[in-house]
Amino acid sequence: MTADIDLDNVRLKLGNAEFHFHRHIDAGSFVAVTGPSGSGKTTLFNLIAGFVAPDTGAVRIGQAIMNDTPPAARPVSLIFQDHNLFAHLNVFKNVALGIHPALRLKGEDRARIDVALEEVGLAGFGERMPGSLSGGERQRVAFARALVRKRPVLLLDEPFASLDPHLRVEMGALLTKLHRREGATILIITHEPAEAERLANYTIRIENGRIAG
Amino acid sequence: MAKAAGRSFNADIAAGTLALCGIAGFVLAAIFPLLRIGSSGLTEVIFSARTLYILQFTLWQAFLSTALSILCAIPVASALARRPQFPGRIWIVRLMAAPMGLPALVGAFGILAVWGRQGILNDGLNALGFERPISIYGLSGILVAHVFFNWPLAARLILAGLERLPPQYWRLSVSLGMGSWQIFRFVEWPAILRLLPGIAGLIFMLCATSFTLVLLLGGGPASTTLEVAIYQALKFDFDPPLAVALSLLQVGLMGLLLAALSLMPSAQEDRALTQMGYRRYDGAGLSMRLLDGVFILALVVFCASPLVAVAAKGVSASIVDLTARPLFWRAAGTSALIAGSAALISVFLAYCLSVARFTLGENKAGYARLLSALMSGAGSLILVVPPVVLATGWFLVLRGRGESLPIILVTIINALMALPFAIRVLEPAIVSHRLRVERLAQSLGILGLARLRIVDWPVLRKPLAMGWAFAAALSLGDLGAVALFGGNQIVTLPWLMYSSLGSYRSDDAAAIAFLLAIICLTLAIAGAPRGTQEKAI
Repeated sequence: MTADIDLDNVRLKLGNAEFHFHRHIDAGSFVAVTGPSGSGKTTLFNLIAGFVAPDTGAVRIGQAIMNDTPPAARPVSLIFQDHNLFAHLNVFKNVALGIHPALRLKGEDRARIDVALEEVGLAGFGERMPGSLSGGERQRVAFARALVRKRPVLLLDEPFASLDPHLRVEMGALLTKLHRREGATILIITHEPAEAERLANYTIRIENGRIAG
Repeated sequence: MAKAAGRSFNADIAAGTLALCGIAGFVLAAIFPLLRIGSSGLTEVIFSARTLYILQFTLWQAFLSTALSILCAIPVASALARRPQFPGRIWIVRLMAAPMGLPALVGAFGILAVWGRQGILNDGLNALGFERPISIYGLSGILVAHVFFNWPLAARLILAGLERLPPQYWRLSVSLGMGSWQIFRFVEWPAILRLLPGIAGLIFMLCATSFTLVLLLGGGPASTTLEVAIYQALKFDFDPPLAVALSLLQVGLMGLLLAALSLMPSAQEDRALTQMGYRRYDGAGLSMRLLDGVFILALVVFCASPLVAVAAKGVSASIVDLTARPLFWRAAGTSALIAGSAALISVFLAYCLSVARFTLGENKAGYARLLSALMSGAGSLILVVPPVVLATGWFLVLRGRGESLPIILVTIINALMALPFAIRVLEPAIVSHRLRVERLAQSLGILGLARLRIVDWPVLRKPLAMGWAFAAALSLGDLGAVALFGGNQIVTLPWLMYSSLGSYRSDDAAAIAFLLAIICLTLAIAGAPRGTQEKAI
C-alpha cells in the first residue's frame, strides 16, 4: 500500500513566515527531511497531514487533491517525537485506536493488533500502560499503530530525538524493515545527517520555507 | 555551612513556632469553654432528632450543590477547551473567576435581584401572564447560590486540567479519525475523571461550611445548616448547650471531611491555562458549534446576571443618601480597620509559618518533621474549626464583657480565615526565593535586618502585597465572624448591609453591595495567584 505525494506550487503564509513548496515524491520512497529549526519542516508535514490548508496550490496524495480533506480522511499516519500514546489507555487500546476511533473491534482485529505488537518486538505488552514503558518501547507502540492503520503515507516528526544513539540505530533498523515489507511512502524529519544517510533513499533540505535541495 | 546557617535557622523557626502557638492558643481558648459547657447532657442534644435533621440537611444540600455544579461544569469546560479561539474567551474565563472574589453576601444580594420575589425572573414571568411569583427561599435558593459560586469554579478547574493535556493529543486523535464525542470519551473524560474527586471534595467542603448564603437564602428552620443553626441558637434562642453541641458536631464533621479530602488528589489550577497557542481540529460542525455555544452562553448568563444586577441596583441607588448617614462612615471605618489589620496579621502569620517550614524542610529529624506538620496544620486549622465555632467559643468566654475585645476577636478570626489563602500565595514565592538566594546570602554574611532589607524585601514585597490584598478582600466581605457580635458592639459594612436588608432599606443595601463588590473584586484581582492571569493577558 503506497501512494505518491505531489506538492504543486503550494503557498502558505503564517504570520510573517511565508512558505512555498513545489516537489513530487515518488510512491514508496523513503525521504529524510532536514533543515534548521523554524525553516518549515513541521509546516510541510502539517500541509501533507491536513492540519493547515494551503493558501494557493494543491496537495495531492495518490493523484487525489487533498486541499479540503480533513486530517482523519487523508491516507496518512503520523508519529511525533513524544506523546504519541494516550497515557491513560493501555498499549492494546492505543494500537486499537488505529483500527477504529471508537474502539469498536471485530474478532480478527484483536489478532491483527497482537501481530503488529509482535512485529515491533512488543508481544505480550498489550495490558501495559504507557507510563511503564521506556521511550523506545513507546515509539514501538506508535509503529504498531501505524502498521494496523495501513495508510500509504507515514510522516515521522523527529521520532527518535529523545532516544539514545544506540536505540536510534535499533529503531531505525526496525523502521527500514517495516518499510521494506509494507512499502509505504515515508517522510522522516531528522537532525542527524548519519541517520538520514543510513535510512533514506534521499534527503530534501528545507530552508526559509522552501525546499532548497 | 551548618554552623553558618545556625543563626537565621533559629530565628526563622522561633518565629514560626510563635505563630503556631498563637494560633493554637487562640483556637483552644475558644474550644475549651465549649467542652466545659457541653460536658453535661451533650450526647442527648447531639443525638436529638432536631440536631440530626440539621446534620442531614447540611450534607444533603452540600451533596446536591456539588453534583449540580460539576454536572453543569463538564460540558462548559469541554466546550471551552475545544474552542481556544472562541470570541471573548479570555473574558469568559475571567468572568468565571469573579465569584471567587465576590463576598457571599453580595452574591446572595445579586441572586435575589435576579431570582427573588421582586427579581428579574419573576418580573419576566409576570409580564408573560404568570400570576404567582416563584419563591426560591429554601433548598432551591441555597442550590442556586451554591451553583452560582461553584459552577464557574468547577469549570475553571476542569478546563485547566484539559489544557494541561499534551497538545499532540488533539492532532493525534483527529488524525486517527475521532470526532468530538470520541475525543470526549477517550481523551477528555479520563482526564476529567482523575480531577473529579479533588474538585468534588473542595466544593463539598465549601458548601457544607457555607454560612452567609444559607442565612440569606435558606429562609427558615426547615433549611438550615450546622453553621447557621449555631448562630441562631446563640443569637435568637440563647441556647448555649445546643450551640455547643452543634459546634462540636461541626468540628467533628469538618475533621472527617478534611481527612477524606487529604486522601484525594488536590484540585489545583497551578500553572494551567498556559497553552494559549494550542489548536483543536474537531467540533467544526454546525450542531457541535451550536451546542458548545449554548453551554458557554448558559454559564455566562447565569454568572453574569447577578453581577449585572448588583451593578444596576447600585448605580440607581442613592449613594448620596447613604453617605449622609454617620452610621455608614462608622461602619466603613470599622471595616477598613478590621480588614486592613486582619490582612496584615494573616500575611505576617503566613510569612512566619512558611519561612519556618522552609527551614525545617532541610532537617530530617523526627521532631522537625512533626513541627513542620503542626505548622502546616495550624495554617488551615480554620477549616476544621470554622469562624462561627470560634466566635461561639469566644462569645461564651466574654458574655458581654470587654468593650473593645469583640473588634479584636473578629479581626483575629478574619485573619485566620484568610490564612490558608495567604499561605497559598506566599509559600511558593518564599520557597523559590530562598532556594535561589540562601547560599549566596550566607556566603556574603548578609544577616538579620540587613538581609530582610536587601535580600528579602525587594523580592517578596510583591507576593506579600498580593497576599495582603486577597486577605483584605476576604475579610472585608465577611459576615460570618461579625454576625454574632454585630449590632451594638461592632458595625461593619457587611453587617450594615445585612441589617439594611432586614429592615427593608434596600436602597442602602444596594449601594453597599455595589461598593463592596467593586472594592473586593479589585483587591481579589490584585491578590489572585498569578500564572493564570499573567498568561491570559
